[in-house]
Amino acid sequence: MLDSILFYFFGGVAVLSAALMVTRRNAMHSAVFLITTLLATAGIFLQLRAEFLFIAQIILYVGGIMVLFIFVIMLVRLDVPLHHIRFRLQKFVAVLVALALGLEVVAILYSARQLPGQGLFVTGSAPADALAPNSQKLGESLFSSYLLPFEIASVLLLVAMVGAVVMAKSKKGTDES
Amino acid sequence: MNPTTQAILHFLVTWWVELVCGVVIVAVVPLVAGYVVLVERKLMADMQARLGPMRVGPHGLLQPIADAVKLLIKEDIIPDNADKLIFWLAPVISMTAALTSMGAIYFGPNFEVARDINIGILFVVGVSSLGLLGIVLGGWASNSHYSIIGAMRSTAQLVSYETAAGLAIVSALLLSGTLSIREIVVAQYSSGVWFVFLAPVAFFIYLVASIAETNRAPFDLPEAESELVAGYMTEYSGFRWALYFLGEYANMIVVGSVATTLFLGGWLRPFPNWTGGPALHRVVEVGWDLVPVVFIGLIGVYCIYRAGKQPVPIQTWFMWAVGLACFVVAAIYAVPTVLVAMHAAGVAGSLSALVLPGLNGAFWFLLKVAGYIYVFMWLRFTLPRYRFDQLMHIGWYILIPLAIVNVLAVGVAMLLENQLGRWLAMVVTTAFTLATALYLVRLNDKRTASASSAAAVTTDSYAG
Repeated sequence: MLDSILFYFFGGVAVLSAALMVTRRNAMHSAVFLITTLLATAGIFLQLRAEFLFIAQIILYVGGIMVLFIFVIMLVRLDVPLHHIRFRLQKFVAVLVALALGLEVVAILYSARQLPGQGLFVTGSAPADALAPNSQKLGESLFSSYLLPFEIASVLLLVAMVGAVVMAKSKKGTDES
Repeated sequence: MNPTTQAILHFLVTWWVELVCGVVIVAVVPLVAGYVVLVERKLMADMQARLGPMRVGPHGLLQPIADAVKLLIKEDIIPDNADKLIFWLAPVISMTAALTSMGAIYFGPNFEVARDINIGILFVVGVSSLGLLGIVLGGWASNSHYSIIGAMRSTAQLVSYETAAGLAIVSALLLSGTLSIREIVVAQYSSGVWFVFLAPVAFFIYLVASIAETNRAPFDLPEAESELVAGYMTEYSGFRWALYFLGEYANMIVVGSVATTLFLGGWLRPFPNWTGGPALHRVVEVGWDLVPVVFIGLIGVYCIYRAGKQPVPIQTWFMWAVGLACFVVAAIYAVPTVLVAMHAAGVAGSLSALVLPGLNGAFWFLLKVAGYIYVFMWLRFTLPRYRFDQLMHIGWYILIPLAIVNVLAVGVAMLLENQLGRWLAMVVTTAFTLATALYLVRLNDKRTASASSAAAVTTDSYAG
């Protein structure tokens, strides 16, 4: 009962604010609604007893990435490029992506229906100790079964970071000299 | 009874402790924050050889309430060009983030708000860092130059110092081996020593970083009043401003609680493992249990001692009332203490055996948090404000590398523990970290010296 209420609450907030995020003209409003979406999704993670995923979503996405987004929105005047560049290709790509995503959702719902004892509207919940202790299990699987992808991802991030520093440095050098 | 009512009843029965604690936090923390402000003003006055607030109540004891009333009935101004929605939302975000993160803090062994979640410390740190969003959005929505510069400074500062704080937390987590707040404190109990003694450098890094994170002097650049009027809160007034203020002070309590949990032994009393042997065991236990009662009683004695020196009769009566209230609280507190000391049987005895550890734990916890906040204030009145580029240099060139080295050092110390013994391993690795710190400071001095001689004309875009 409570589980379903919470699930529909978080899901509704996520979907609604995602829609609002896309339709707002003001970039800052979009960012705020994206934050709401991310928080609601984090709530669903928590309901699935994925505590670590919940807090990682909040720390990384809301506390880290969204803060940087907002920082960029504050620094860059977004209304200027909007008048100059027409995003012509964007509509086509967007339709394509939306179609692909819709198909995926339908496929997931269809295959979920094939499972015995599962309806179309499966509410998100899990037994209390399904994933406990959460962070330990996550750490164990990251550092045993998925060590190689983990290391590859970290190297990728390192490369991206070094690349960003190099690009920023070279620009600054020309500016100052 | 229909199923809906039954479900609601079931919900209330299962969750009533959490609900009550949540309501208490939302109700009490703003009041406590108000009194923290009073303590801060009094301390500042004391350090500057003044009296501080003296008019409202004896020694200004009612000042926070007067301030709150004043802020509530003040005109609520929203600038014309402000973004109304976000202007309205931003202070609420700051306040909510600070209050929510308190939900996972453990005040005593049987006294937590949320249940012991597996990722407690991450929850507190992560959710309290969302308060930054309130500052940034508020600064942007005000549509004012001062506000936006304050907001930008705040973002840069918090993002920089959060890294250092996170790495300092990792050092303590390495020692405890868990993310659950309760088990971190239990780990300190079983290792017999607070982690501040095993990882002093990490504690120092966390202290500096948490001052920067709460936007307090000497790192209060987002609201540097001599340059930016009031920084991100320039356009705010009345109760919206008060929400920011409360959020900031609630955040101080949160970082104090995190530091207490990670480094200062949480709710543990001093020397928790020293029981005095079989002979003195009971004396030691009862003695420590009596400390809170005596402490509160002494506050009452002091109030009554000061009561005769008040200038106005009503203030004398007020001081008497406060003193007597302290005695009453101490007397109520003494009941479970005495019952436990006498090993009383029956409902009252077992109930007090259940309640007393929580009460005492909360006492020690709050005392440590108060000490931490006192250090914050002390530093505020002692150190001048840093320049923005100095702030960034301290964060990126000194604190973050030092924190990384410190994480490694703590790991090495844990590996060497079996070979060298705990204290020798700790001393060796800490010496290594301190040497790194000295090197980093010298490097930074050289860099700033060469930079200032080479490019004396270059201005910093953030310097305002």
